[in-house]
Amino acid sequence: MSAAWRGAAAIVGVAESDLGRVPEGLSSLDLIGQATAGALAEAGLGTEDVDALYTTSAYFPMSALVTAEYLGVRPRVADGTNIGGSTFVAQAVRAAQAIAAGEVEVALICYSSTQLSDGGRLVTTNRPLSYEGEFSPRFPISMFALATARHMHEFGTTREQLAEVAVAARRWAQLNPKAYARDELSVEDVLGSRMVSDPLTVRDCCLVTDGGGAVVMTSAERARDLPQEPVYVLGGGEATDHANLSQMPDLTTTAAAVSGARAWETSGLGPADMDVVQLYDAFTINPVLFLEDLGFCAKGEGGAFVADGGIAPGGRLPVNTSGGGLSYCHPGMFGIFLLIEATRQLRGETGARQVAGARTALVHGNGGALASEVTAVLGTADTL
Amino acid sequence: MSAPPAPEDHYRAGLEAGELRYQWCTDCAAPVFYPRVLCPGCGGTALEWRVSGGAGTVYSATVVRSRDGARGVVLVDLEEGFRMMSRVTGDPEAVAIGSAVTLRVDTSGEAAQAVFDPAGEPS
Repeated sequence: MSAAWRGAAAIVGVAESDLGRVPEGLSSLDLIGQATAGALAEAGLGTEDVDALYTTSAYFPMSALVTAEYLGVRPRVADGTNIGGSTFVAQAVRAAQAIAAGEVEVALICYSSTQLSDGGRLVTTNRPLSYEGEFSPRFPISMFALATARHMHEFGTTREQLAEVAVAARRWAQLNPKAYARDELSVEDVLGSRMVSDPLTVRDCCLVTDGGGAVVMTSAERARDLPQEPVYVLGGGEATDHANLSQMPDLTTTAAAVSGARAWETSGLGPADMDVVQLYDAFTINPVLFLEDLGFCAKGEGGAFVADGGIAPGGRLPVNTSGGGLSYCHPGMFGIFLLIEATRQLRGETGARQVAGARTALVHGNGGALASEVTAVLGTADTL
Repeated sequence: MSAPPAPEDHYRAGLEAGELRYQWCTDCAAPVFYPRVLCPGCGGTALEWRVSGGAGTVYSATVVRSRDGARGVVLVDLEEGFRMMSRVTGDPEAVAIGSAVTLRVDTSGEAAQAVFDPAGEPS
């Protein structure tokens, strides 16, 4: 049975900050300010309308406090949850539930990082337990490499198939003027690039960029009076089953199987109903695992699903139409950008990469080493 | 009577003594690793310490490439039913998923570590 909160809240404004390498001196808060100003302007709302703030940060443990102060908002709900890159998808689902309950009127979800300007490596305060850290894996790539190696071992998934994920992302990015990496990329380029943690090369890894994003949500009722075509939250679910990879029950099946089932149940929809799909692609194995776990194909068949341009423009399923974390941008956490791209696709405003007539979108965020999985289903007014 | 040592302290002391210690939940009859004060399977606190026989199988493996060279990182499934991160001695590129490995407590570094030697052909 679909959830009572299905369709009760809508996304009414989205924006990125400057992306890529931002002008010297701009802080992560400055980027949040840019993105927030853009998203609120689009929504026809102001900072005085925001009564719930959802954010997280690699720089400020008390991120919601410093962000509220910088923006000049006085939220009734100040949520700085950090469950990794999936945080913002979870916050969108939680905000939808709070709006449906009448506890929140206007929610702002925002994030940014200047990790490229900071030195070009992932900025994080997260630490592995000593039981893993003592063996010096490279975080986070070695965790995803271990999952990849096991998937290849069990199902015969190939490095060529994984490379197709990176190539598909690049082909979508070439249709997105805001994407950071738009030069030609072939399967051979991916296979021949520098090995970082076997079997993953540097081209199997997401970008390291600066950037930020903001998403504004309000009630379905109020959304109808605002300038943008509302994009409704139809359902969603969260799941987590470990933090350290050695504690993950099965490296080839993620908690997306649980979060996805909840998202399908709450939305009353299923994989076959999705017009466009945004999957958190920190590494090329991620979309393969998530396509399987969310039910777009059977377990073990993700490699074949992405092969032969399966998720590239013109393929069997439009996945990561922005170019994803692999080619569009990836400022440490990518979840907010999944929401932004899905919203734009459902409004029909993505130009050369637009999925014609898209009415439904699946958004799936990953946090940590395949640890937090969060799924949301979005739709246009005629899916209510 | 003094308080029992913290779980990680007891684990590290075991390594210094040349053994790989893990816990056994007597409530739900399941191994627990890494060590803690309650069972993540059932929430019970009736955990007893056991010593692993050291026979394991490589569950997954990667090779981390850096300027300092290549180093292996593996996940090993111990015969007693728990999994841990470790490394296999020797050539990291030669480590195959499914291969049998045997515990060796490495005391050459600052702190003793549970590492594994290749034990035979892939199973």
